[in-house]
Amino acid sequence: MMAAPAISLLLACVGGLLALGLGAIGLAAIGLARRPRTGALIYAASGIVSLIAAAVALNALLSAGPPALATLPLGLPWVGARFRLDALAAAFLLVVDLGGAVASLYAIGYGAHEREPQRILPFYPVFLAAMNLVVLADDAFGFLVAWEVMSISSWALVLAHHKDPANRRAAHLYLVMASFGALCLLLGFGLLAGPGGGYGFDAMRGHPPAAGVAGLVFGLTILGAGSKAGLVPLHVWLPQAHPAAPSHVSALMSGVMTKVAIYAFIRIVFDLLGPPQVWWSVVALLLGAFTAVLGVLYAMMQTDLKRLLAYSTVENVGVIFIGLGLALAFKAENLALAAALAATAALFHVLNHSLFKSLLFMGSGAVQGATGERDLERLGGLIGRMPQTAFAFLVGAMAIAALPPLNGFASEWLTFQAVLVSPLLGTTALKFLVPAVGAMLALAAALTAAAMVRAFGVGFLGRPRSPAAQAARETDRWSRAAMFVLVGLCLAVGVLPGLVIDALSPVAQAMTAGRMPVQAGQAWLSIVPIAESRSSYNGLLVLVFIAASAGLAALAIHRFASRAVRRAPAWDCGFPDPSPLTQYSAGGFAQPIRRVFGGFAFAARDVVDMPGPGELRPARFTAIVRDRIWETLYVPIELAIGYAADRLNRLQFLTIRLYLGLVFLALVGLLLVLAIWV
Amino acid sequence: MTGLSFDVAHLLAGGLVLMSFTLLYQDRLSALINVFALHALVLALAVAWQAYVQHAPHLYVTAVIALAFKAIVIPLALHRIIRQLGIHREIETVVGVGPAMLVGIGLVALSMVVMLRVTEDADRLAREDLAFALSVVLLGLLMMVIRRNAVGLIIGFMSLENGLVLAAAGAKGMPLVVEISVAFSVLIAFIVIGVFLFRIRERFETIDIEALDRFREARE
Repeated sequence: MMAAPAISLLLACVGGLLALGLGAIGLAAIGLARRPRTGALIYAASGIVSLIAAAVALNALLSAGPPALATLPLGLPWVGARFRLDALAAAFLLVVDLGGAVASLYAIGYGAHEREPQRILPFYPVFLAAMNLVVLADDAFGFLVAWEVMSISSWALVLAHHKDPANRRAAHLYLVMASFGALCLLLGFGLLAGPGGGYGFDAMRGHPPAAGVAGLVFGLTILGAGSKAGLVPLHVWLPQAHPAAPSHVSALMSGVMTKVAIYAFIRIVFDLLGPPQVWWSVVALLLGAFTAVLGVLYAMMQTDLKRLLAYSTVENVGVIFIGLGLALAFKAENLALAAALAATAALFHVLNHSLFKSLLFMGSGAVQGATGERDLERLGGLIGRMPQTAFAFLVGAMAIAALPPLNGFASEWLTFQAVLVSPLLGTTALKFLVPAVGAMLALAAALTAAAMVRAFGVGFLGRPRSPAAQAARETDRWSRAAMFVLVGLCLAVGVLPGLVIDALSPVAQAMTAGRMPVQAGQAWLSIVPIAESRSSYNGLLVLVFIAASAGLAALAIHRFASRAVRRAPAWDCGFPDPSPLTQYSAGGFAQPIRRVFGGFAFAARDVVDMPGPGELRPARFTAIVRDRIWETLYVPIELAIGYAADRLNRLQFLTIRLYLGLVFLALVGLLLVLAIWV
Repeated sequence: MTGLSFDVAHLLAGGLVLMSFTLLYQDRLSALINVFALHALVLALAVAWQAYVQHAPHLYVTAVIALAFKAIVIPLALHRIIRQLGIHREIETVVGVGPAMLVGIGLVALSMVVMLRVTEDADRLAREDLAFALSVVLLGLLMMVIRRNAVGLIIGFMSLENGLVLAAAGAKGMPLVVEISVAFSVLIAFIVIGVFLFRIRERFETIDIEALDRFREARE
């Protein structure tokens, strides 16, 4: 397919999604949206349209033709609505639409349980369309409009279950943070456009700003895109808003929308802003490292399954930003090959995270649908009751914990390869910083594994901790199909990383002007980022080894051990086990980590209330975990705004003469400004 | 533009500023109304002179409106009203005369500095005219701020509006001058006669605008 029809087809897909949203509004108006079949129809149509768009994007990415342009007579009259499909946009469109297609498939089954589908159906296709438009936009105006539509439609989806006050609070916080992020991007684009007002991206690309202004735009972009992606300390809304939405939307928000924010960062910083400066990479690396470690530490502390996953998203965004920071550092020092390696690692992780985080959110949605519970302390034993969901969740958890041969390992390994070439860097600060960041990345990866062992072990193994978990049933066919599609993709991408790296190389080339060696020619499908003598990884070999050793072990056990199945009570330390609550709990699993890191990260304290001899009351143990970022950063801001609003409130109750006087003073003040400066 | 026509235009516009100053310190209500009538008369003359100089006959309409409406009808009506209300002997100021005049002089200087600098490449007469008009507007606003009485407030507003008409008439070729002045006059007629005075009088038995503040539960 040629490039020009591709972009028209994509825009048609977007139009189709928008039409679906409007149609859903119409159906809701005449009361048809409550019927389960209507919901299934809309989700199926969204899924098919997304699948078509994903196929077009994949084709565009693989064919690697010149950028395709299109202009629609919308938007600003002198700019129009411009769209551009280049390698970067194609890669992110693939992530967006693949995620959208699978989430729609999942929603056909999951959405049937929805009590108020008319609150979700109109916004879901619009949300998908807006994410497509953000990636396709080629002028600042269209970009920001699409960005805001994306924010507002996802806000409406967060607010779908609005009867819960926690959800309302989450939605409010999300709206505030989204406005802040959009304001930062708006100012950034304003600076990029310059006094001439060239709002097309081609004009910005043609005239990159001077160093000082470019630094300012970089800062604004970090704030704007980072607040959407969930960079610490701008992440506070994310763990509240993502779990509040219905699970298929949570999967989209966590798996896909954060990627759109990363796209915004890449588009502005790597494409529009001209040559990078070294300090940008320092900022990105530091923020990425702190985001990765703090995100996973927070995830470790959560007992709400979806909130745990949302914090894990924060961690993965940190990992991606570490890759992008490395790419910036290498690009600033003209190390094109290393920059391409780091950029590829970041892009690869973008794809992987969208796959396994969608999978995990779908699994948690299936658990929630089956039990009505998200609290790990009330789950357990689900592997016997929901074996397929448990298997899918296990694969997702292993992938996110970066176990080979799954996809998470491949991209984190590539990121480490990029860290390991840091001795090439000339700047002394970076020479010291990058290994430290690598250490934090390793810490984050290890803690992720712990957090996922905890999530799976407490949630799916052991005995049920509540009657709801006891009564769980396997989820519906559509949901399972969606999860197994993602399981297959996680495995395929993990075993064949070379294909992905080759597909991403035009994107990395556009970002960094460098190109990784072509992987397709390597023997036995292994990947060699730089040279065979340095490092190589073969997912297929690992898979074969794991399969062979596991098969041999199983064979040996079944061959040489007794075949008889023996059921006996579990060992209970000599006490008859009265309650499933005596099992190892999520809180107990997290305690060692809380002991080690909690002091500085959470101001965590354990309070033990031990009754004296002879007292009859029970002993109590309370673990206090506080959110230091919220307390030190957001509470003061909240107080300051409240204080200022109280003071300004008096302006509502002045006398007429004082109002006139204020108008008069404002006029005189402006005239004075005119008299002095003009 | 010849020397004489420029000088006369300058004189009339300056006269308007002078009248604004007179309005500023006039603390008897009936005298205030009389000075406003004079203010409107000077405006009518200035607009008529502009009409003559610019050969713009439609400006004569504006001048006649200013003369008939603002210099005769409204002052007569206001006299009637304050006599009916029994406040024609009242004296009121908020700020002392001295500070008000000083602030007024400062405002005139400010408008001169701003206008002469901003309109460097404009016509000479238009520049002077705009500077004077801005002074009149600012003085009218100042008057609205420092008066407590509703009549004083309205007269301040009308003198402000006179400044706008002067600016519109002085800017050569500005469209819709007549329409603008008519619209403003209608607006003022509504404010003055229809709503403001009688409503305040009916509700609060006074035309002191502080009464409105009490009604709004002002918190100072």
